[in-house]
Amino acid sequence: MNKFTVLDGLAAPLDRANVDTDAIIPKQFLKSIKRSGFGPYLFDEWRYMDHGEPGMDCTNRPRNPNFVLNQDRYQGASILLTRDNFGCGSSREHAPWAIEDYGFRALIGTSFADIFFNNCFKNGVLPIVLPKEEVDALFAMTEATPGFKLHIDLDAQTVSRPDGKVIHFEVDQFRKYCLLNGLDDIGLTLRHADKIRAFEDKRRTEQPWLFAS
Amino acid sequence: MPQTLYDKLWSSHVVHEESDGTALIYIDRHLIHEVTSPQAFEGLRISGRKAWRSNSIVAVPDHNTPTKNWDQGITDPISRQQVETLDSNIRQTGALAYFPFKDRKQGIVHVIGPENGVTLPGMTVVCGDSHTSTHGAFAALAHGIGTSEVEHVLATQTLLQKKSKTMLIQIDGQPGKGVTPKDVVLYVIGQIGTAGGTGYAIEFGGSVIRNMSIEGRMTVCNMAIEAGARAGIIAADDNTINYLKGRPYAPSGDDWDKAVAYWRTLHSDEGAQFDKVIKIDAAKIIPQVTWGTSPEMVLSIDGIVPDPAKIEDPVKRTGVERALEYMGLNPNTPINTVKIDKVFIGSCTNSRIEDLRAAAAVVKGRHVSASLKLAMVVPGSGLVKEQAEREGLHEVFKAAGFEWREPGCSMCLAMNDDRLSPGERCASTSNRNFEGRQGPGGRTHLVSPQMAAAAAIAGRFADVREIL
Repeated sequence: MNKFTVLDGLAAPLDRANVDTDAIIPKQFLKSIKRSGFGPYLFDEWRYMDHGEPGMDCTNRPRNPNFVLNQDRYQGASILLTRDNFGCGSSREHAPWAIEDYGFRALIGTSFADIFFNNCFKNGVLPIVLPKEEVDALFAMTEATPGFKLHIDLDAQTVSRPDGKVIHFEVDQFRKYCLLNGLDDIGLTLRHADKIRAFEDKRRTEQPWLFAS
Repeated sequence: MPQTLYDKLWSSHVVHEESDGTALIYIDRHLIHEVTSPQAFEGLRISGRKAWRSNSIVAVPDHNTPTKNWDQGITDPISRQQVETLDSNIRQTGALAYFPFKDRKQGIVHVIGPENGVTLPGMTVVCGDSHTSTHGAFAALAHGIGTSEVEHVLATQTLLQKKSKTMLIQIDGQPGKGVTPKDVVLYVIGQIGTAGGTGYAIEFGGSVIRNMSIEGRMTVCNMAIEAGARAGIIAADDNTINYLKGRPYAPSGDDWDKAVAYWRTLHSDEGAQFDKVIKIDAAKIIPQVTWGTSPEMVLSIDGIVPDPAKIEDPVKRTGVERALEYMGLNPNTPINTVKIDKVFIGSCTNSRIEDLRAAAAVVKGRHVSASLKLAMVVPGSGLVKEQAEREGLHEVFKAAGFEWREPGCSMCLAMNDDRLSPGERCASTSNRNFEGRQGPGGRTHLVSPQMAAAAAIAGRFADVREIL
């Protein structure tokens, strides 16, 4: 997993509530058995005018001029502003894979769906929850100011605006530690292998029916 | 101190806890399907790790499998590759049970788990699939996980979790005629919203739940995720125990008695404190239909489509406008005048025998409207299909003009060939009405099996109470 420490990035506003993971990456792309290459199909049905299929070369596909990420000013954005309940629906990790592959490293919104939120941390993408007033202000500033950038510091847990305002955000300490160091959860967990084995042995004795084979 | 059911399930699975409350939770049952697992198995191989406990695994392909012409196999090459990848991963890793494509017991993972008794009370159950919440109907802590977590469970038999907050949704009162568990859960989502349960594990309780069949409870827990809660749970009781007795992977003999004694403790204690309690009067519920592109956009069958001009909050108003445009609906349209093109009865929400019986009872002796392009029934599993055929339900459906298909996820998410064309409108017993969910440009309205049957007959949304 890629580390996340600090990010200086262009922000792009996706002004919709309840953006679901079917919209983030439609089902036909879930047929892939790989983890990579989903970026060109991020928000496929909103981004392109034609129907996308896995493996398609997207360079010459007709773009939807009304979709925000197709605007010139947001090219190269690495921070996505989102509204309530972003990432709801399916548990598909293809959603954060597509987001990361496209180039977003951080999401800032008022709320994220639980499974999606969790999946982001496993892929070096930082979802930041801020109060509605702060998110509203960021949307307004991003839309009003071409080239609007934010500075995110995970260690300090801050989002800094160009006007100097510094906004604090909360993050679970364990997730922060993993993300700052780019650590693989599995390796960390296996340090407790003896504990897992002991737990399992006890459980097998007490509830043997759970271990039928 | 009195405990909630969630507290009991959580505390009995904690292996280790970090200082910030992040815990390692032991996983008893790992359900696997073809879409969200290939990258996890590949990750395991790349890192040279082995599956920790292969007899915790129950696997089945369901999302990509076709529902007709099984003799031709899976014709889409990338779908076939994904299913074959699962075959080979399970061959290498091993499993408690594997139901490959065309196996007599193959079907939707959330249908085959319970019907084979691989989901048991007191278990933690995970699957790379958000509708894993279904299994909470058995007093199991069950929820969807991402593919990285699938790999984590494969490698360590645990999951890193933070404890959720607890919510009790207590549903009392006498549900009226034509009101099914699907209507109950759609109504609940309409009340609390699709993010209402975010951060919570929802326990469903009250007399309506206690009197509900296990199939109905599965429908309710299935859609907990549509209310934003990863897990929905229901206390174990006689219904639960009777359902499980004699299932292939349920305990037997002395183990059965010991298990039952434990299962009887799996309920929230008197006086247990929840972080949030919501009370629902079931007498107020009448059959439900969603009108928009989120499950919370739901109406009673006698309702009218909302008018954005009457909504003050700008984000909400834009959301309603966008949904109306996508759905091709005008504000203030009575939902029972809206015509449909297709009907889909199936999915992990509503494809069990009880669902098919309920739909067949409405359809019997009637015929689907000539205006329909397709009406189809997709049983949840091979065993559901066999049972339905023993009862002659397939004949009822076929005589009425429905197609009777092979089991799978089918048009719930349209990864196989079953899908809507742009602009087509569908009465669907599935769980998500998101844009494009059933096919690009497709328009999905979520309903109960009975309401789907009534819509098929009328060619538009119709009040099933007038037929029953």
